[in-house]
Amino acid sequence: MINYSKVLNGVVKDIKPSGIRKFFDIANTMEDVISLGVGEPDFRTPWQVRNAGIRSLEVGSTRYTSNRGLEALRDELSKYVKRKYGVEYRPKDEILVTVGGSEAIDAAVRAITEPGDEIIIPQPSYVCYEPIVRLAGGVPVIIDTKAENDFKLTRAELEAVITSKTKAVILPYPCNPTGAIMEYEDILAISETLKDTDIMVISDEIYAELTFGGKRHVSVPSVPGMKERTILINGFSKTFAMTGWRLGYACGPAELMAMITKIHQFAIMCAPTTSQYAAVEALRNCDGEVAKMLEEYDMRRKIIVSGFNKLGLTCREPKGAFYAFPCIKSTGLTSEEFCERLLESKHVAVVPGTAFGESGEGFVRTSYCYSTAHIKEALKRIGEFLEELKTKA
Amino acid sequence: MDAIDRKILKLLEANARMDNEDIATVTDLTEDEVAARIAALEKAGVICAYKSVIDWEKVDTDSVSAIIELKVTPKAGLGFEEVAARVAKYPEVESVYLMSGAYDLNVVVKGKTFHEVSNFVSRELAMIDSVTSTGTQFVMRRYKEYKVELIGDDEDGRSKISL
Repeated sequence: MINYSKVLNGVVKDIKPSGIRKFFDIANTMEDVISLGVGEPDFRTPWQVRNAGIRSLEVGSTRYTSNRGLEALRDELSKYVKRKYGVEYRPKDEILVTVGGSEAIDAAVRAITEPGDEIIIPQPSYVCYEPIVRLAGGVPVIIDTKAENDFKLTRAELEAVITSKTKAVILPYPCNPTGAIMEYEDILAISETLKDTDIMVISDEIYAELTFGGKRHVSVPSVPGMKERTILINGFSKTFAMTGWRLGYACGPAELMAMITKIHQFAIMCAPTTSQYAAVEALRNCDGEVAKMLEEYDMRRKIIVSGFNKLGLTCREPKGAFYAFPCIKSTGLTSEEFCERLLESKHVAVVPGTAFGESGEGFVRTSYCYSTAHIKEALKRIGEFLEELKTKA
Repeated sequence: MDAIDRKILKLLEANARMDNEDIATVTDLTEDEVAARIAALEKAGVICAYKSVIDWEKVDTDSVSAIIELKVTPKAGLGFEEVAARVAKYPEVESVYLMSGAYDLNVVVKGKTFHEVSNFVSRELAMIDSVTSTGTQFVMRRYKEYKVELIGDDEDGRSKISL
């Protein structure tokens, strides 16, 4: 018998499976659950994008593309990133098409991390950064961002954790789960700290197109001094409702991109060809479709935020992504208790803030990738749950 | 008619049952302001009715629709208005449009059976003086109405929780 625990890589073994896995399993198998728990759009991929994928199959475009991705797609990405965020990247050597934003994050971290290097991660944030850093031999350094700062990363918080070992900062904005965005001044403040250092920024801007209330997304490399130190990560999943197509991209200085491409080349070869053809159409002709989805998200966002506040759960206005992050401290429950009891008694699934880092304690993540009728039913049940908590107390 | 009125119209067009509380939340108005605006839009005849999109095929099959193409001799001074108004009066008629192209009026007729609709066309519409010809096309199946897809993939398919 092989002793697998001796075979396995200790770093992998030590990565904790999410502590709330059990809760997820219960929620996922419960029949009549009303969920606000999903991190992906309810919309289908716009039809013309699907059709472009189908057409590419019909004409037999079923082979590998170049490692960096289809030239036509990189050309479109270059134009798109310039048009949307005002940053120019050369299709030839500054853009890489990846398997989702996730692969881009992994390859970017691996390309720059040596054993012992510290990578700064603001939390609450998406769950992949910490394990990816550990797998690359790096040391995650967590910053607990604060509700009173709207969960933005501040210059003071950053400066407090920078050491001689700091290799990079991950900027996960617009943020899953908090809905926080970084505005121009916020990024500028951080750029002041980073200038004259060799500290890199990995800017995960997967929710860039989903910002609300007249706040246009500010891309980190568009801020003076930041382009040379930023690896920009984005993708098609959220903007174009293309989660299952697994397509993302990274942009950055050519010298770095060559190394990231090397990792991509040996691990992945190239991103899915069908998805790449579809993505060209998404970039060229889908501004209208994206605007429609955005309008719908904005309506739901207002209804869910107002709903939580009316129920007495303080909910700051999320300015980006598609999550509301209400505070549940008034119930006296921990985030996990709140979620477990809500699921058990009302069959409503929301995600404990602690799934996204310890600083998520006292909050729950609720997605508004659902119809308003669905959201209102969930709010109604949460209202009943809160009433019952009060009566019991 | 300002941008907020237009917003309200779009919201109600997509969901006639959206309540004033939600419309107020989405438009940053008070509920009273929303009620007043909607009342004004109703009074001005901009909002004509609130209806539902129903897939009657799921309820019963005793329902058929047809699109009737009418060629009409317009009357001096009245154009197509007089005959259009007359056609519109029939309860069997769902909609009446004046068209460009090969024929003049597009009339959607609904009845219980093919027979009933054919009778209506031959005994009523075809008998109108200024109607010179009719062309009847029965609807065989509805796939999409009022931007609502009546068939297809509305299964969610997502897991209940994903991060």
